[in-house]
Amino acid sequence: MSGPSRSSGGESINFTFDGKALLGRTGDTLAAALLANGIGLVGRSFKYHRPRGIMTAGVEEPNALVTVGTGGRTEPNTRATDVFVYEGLIARSQNRWPSLRFDVGAVIGLFAKALPAGFYYKTFFGSARRWMFYEYFIRRAAGLGAAPVEADPDRFAQRAAFCDVLVVGAGPAGLIAALTAAEAGEQVLLVEQDRVLAPSLLRDQQELDAVWADEVATKIRALGGRILLRSTASGYWDDNLITLTQRQTEPGQEPADGLAQRLWHVRAGRVILAAGAIERPLAFAHNDRPGVMLSQAVRSYIRRFGVLPGQRVVIATNNDDAYLTARALRDAGVQVLAVLDTRPAPAGQASGFPVHNDALPLSTSGARHHLTGVSARINGTTHYWQADLLVTSGGFTPVVHLHMQAGGAALEWDAAAQAFLPGSARQNVTSIGAAASAEPIGPTPAPANPGKAFIDFQNDVTLGDVDLAWAEGYRSVEHLKRYTTLGMATDQGKLSNMAALGRLAEKQGVAIPEAGLTTFRPPYTPVTMGLLAGAKAKDGGAHVRRLALYDVHAAKNPIWQPLGYWFRPRAYPTAGETLAQAALREAKSVRTNVGMTDVSTLAKFEVSGPDAAAFLEIICATSVSKLAVGRGRYTFMLREDGMVFDDGTVWRLAENRYLLTSSTGGADRMATHISYVRQYLCPHLRVSAVNVQEHYAGIAVAGPKAKVVLTALIGEEPPRHMSTIPAMIAGIPVLVLAASYSGERAFEIYIEASRAAPVWAACEEEVIRHSGCLYGMEAMEFLRIEKGHLVVGGEIDGRLTPHDLALDRMLNKAGGFIGASGLSRPALSAPGRRQLVGLEAIEGIIPEGAMLISSKGQSPQGHITAAAFRIIEGGSIALGQLEGGFSHHGEELIATSPTRGQKARVRVVAPHFYDVAGDRYRD
Amino acid sequence: MLLINCPHCGPRAQVEFTYERTADSVVLPGAPADAAMERLFTRANPRGEDDEIWRLSFGCRAWLVMTRHRSTHAITAIRAVGPETLP
Repeated sequence: MSGPSRSSGGESINFTFDGKALLGRTGDTLAAALLANGIGLVGRSFKYHRPRGIMTAGVEEPNALVTVGTGGRTEPNTRATDVFVYEGLIARSQNRWPSLRFDVGAVIGLFAKALPAGFYYKTFFGSARRWMFYEYFIRRAAGLGAAPVEADPDRFAQRAAFCDVLVVGAGPAGLIAALTAAEAGEQVLLVEQDRVLAPSLLRDQQELDAVWADEVATKIRALGGRILLRSTASGYWDDNLITLTQRQTEPGQEPADGLAQRLWHVRAGRVILAAGAIERPLAFAHNDRPGVMLSQAVRSYIRRFGVLPGQRVVIATNNDDAYLTARALRDAGVQVLAVLDTRPAPAGQASGFPVHNDALPLSTSGARHHLTGVSARINGTTHYWQADLLVTSGGFTPVVHLHMQAGGAALEWDAAAQAFLPGSARQNVTSIGAAASAEPIGPTPAPANPGKAFIDFQNDVTLGDVDLAWAEGYRSVEHLKRYTTLGMATDQGKLSNMAALGRLAEKQGVAIPEAGLTTFRPPYTPVTMGLLAGAKAKDGGAHVRRLALYDVHAAKNPIWQPLGYWFRPRAYPTAGETLAQAALREAKSVRTNVGMTDVSTLAKFEVSGPDAAAFLEIICATSVSKLAVGRGRYTFMLREDGMVFDDGTVWRLAENRYLLTSSTGGADRMATHISYVRQYLCPHLRVSAVNVQEHYAGIAVAGPKAKVVLTALIGEEPPRHMSTIPAMIAGIPVLVLAASYSGERAFEIYIEASRAAPVWAACEEEVIRHSGCLYGMEAMEFLRIEKGHLVVGGEIDGRLTPHDLALDRMLNKAGGFIGASGLSRPALSAPGRRQLVGLEAIEGIIPEGAMLISSKGQSPQGHITAAAFRIIEGGSIALGQLEGGFSHHGEELIATSPTRGQKARVRVVAPHFYDVAGDRYRD
Repeated sequence: MLLINCPHCGPRAQVEFTYERTADSVVLPGAPADAAMERLFTRANPRGEDDEIWRLSFGCRAWLVMTRHRSTHAITAIRAVGPETLP
């Protein structure tokens, strides 16, 4: 018998690994259960496809990455050491084909010299064609597990919490700290990433044991403290905010109540970090073989999980911890063949084990993907042991990640322990226990064959790669990281950082702290994307507001279109109609008869007070104060740099009361803009500006018969174009504005949103009586394009000035509006800028979004912002932006859309295709 | 995530606020074009304290000017602006 094993008994949990049915015990990690089943080979390495096993017993595991779960619950790159077995667990190995034991990609390992550090970057040199080949090759060969394509069926929740003291890590130090704080009357939150309290006591029973840990936990809870297991403090942010990721279920497991994980935002008065330390491997040739394990991990498997990771054992160490493991092995009846201690005698000599001082393994040998022997050179002679387990310990790295994330945090260098310890911190945080101190270690000699001595197992980086990066001129630790990929992926350098820094410092001839350190960024361990999205994961996070008249529209089963936060009817097809057919019928009805539509979503602001006109003349680039009571006009607004960013209408309702409308999509931006001017720029003005966007619902009635319809509805002469009157419809007070977006005689009726339905019903009855119909946004788009009216986000795209849009004659001559000084720069009214033009097809149909070119191969001189058809006569027309467009009327261009594979020959014309004089909406 | 002490609402989480701009980027209407563009586009980027304009978008909706250290994020002064703060 060789390799890992466990005496049977108590196995009751069924799980599978690569399709093979296996049994595990309650409390087993997947790693422990695999070892108990004699499985040492768990994965293939990232780059060279080398066989890899289980190296650690914690979240730092770099090798044993597996995919667990199926369908949308699939979780790739899960550390086998960080998932507890459950009934029905399905785990699969990664980065291998066709199977783990026979992996075609492993051939790559034979050509390791062809894949040195920075290989990926080196492929950038030479021809692009070669790079395309390499790219394909690298993407297929190198990699981790594949992300699932199905949606995650589970829920992820988020929760906020406050506490006086947050203790991270429920080991002996964390438990005592939490109890002390709780006894002092403080509100305590204690978090532990494992599923048990004080897991280290299951590994190394001291004066304290698991019973003691439970007693302490009971006391903490009795004092009102809270303890979260299976919860990781993943990030430390400003003002003592710590994010916790709490697992309700294991990776890939179906949650009992649908809730998979919970993200906590904890604002803590102070933070105590008792996160422990991580053991480091030693670097020597072939130190990555399955069967090479870290010292503490071996003790965990023996004592916590009852698994023997090997029968014939060699130990390599530079510190005393490995002797604890030697004893644990001896207690379990296992023969320790040799202890190779890098320290000179007398280190370890009194231990009773066969100790060799000044010794480091030379290499390992293996067969059938498992360790078979260890060689070492001692006093000039090479020794060889047949062994199936090599225990290594290279010292301990305190977990200073959260301390460093706390910011402004100096790390202090402990030369004896060769470790960074937490120093002073900007925030209220202290570290205790193994996170704050480390035992001294002996020398770590350089291995004979650095090219096979792995330091970053997850990224297949060897000491030789660090040497190569140095030889190629990479001096800074940050460059080294990016060039070699050292310290990336799921373990984020938890094991590899110190070895790499040591080698770099040696090359630089400086001490490790002077070589620098890369930043430990959150999260400490990988976090599922769905957890960050929380409840918003399901609908992309967008919230939807409902139109006041939503039910009225829904009853007609329209085609909906998203617009801002809302869905608005795009068209109301009758039986069998397509969107295009319905929109054209609706638009024709407006041109020839009458139509009505819901315009409730327009941004609306009520501006009142003695300084209302002065206020509006800062916001709007047109003059406002000359407007008579009861009149309105078109207006537009500029950014400070002089570009048009929105447009709308302004109406003088009374001496000191105005209504300003602007675009739906820009409503939030306009509300903020108005608020900024009111609060910050002009606090001295006597004015009130209220956002009434959803206070009023709006109905537009447009068409040659609109005036007849309105007369019938309000029982009096409707206002003439750009005038407004208060009126009554269906016994409800309304405001009627005569304004036309469609190019026809048209009215907008505004009603308190809660009373909109009866007004809509009255309007609809009257429109139908005059053989009209409802129209949606598609028809509105046809109508406004033909008329040459602008849309924010289309023609008004934030890059055109009033001059470019031919709006300059409307500018307020007195100036003083926002954007006036920016607009005064001569380049903003230069003739060669992109300008608004109309385009009509000579041949073909103008594609949406096409670019405008003069002939094939030329760079684009402009683009199409909106395309449509002449509603009555037919024919493809469009609006667009064209360089120097005003002076190119009559010229021919090509409108081409390579992405759609469509093009048309077009003629540049004025951007008005219908009723240029505006006769149709005047009486 | 910062904890920001709103003069009206007390300490609130950063997610409730919206950063708007730095105080030195404010352009008054009527400012000469050169000076205005300089304020907009060629501003200092000090590694130190700076006056920033924020808005409590959820809550009292006040506009705030706060002095914040760009490296340590420490907020040393905060005040609301608007008509109600005028003398």
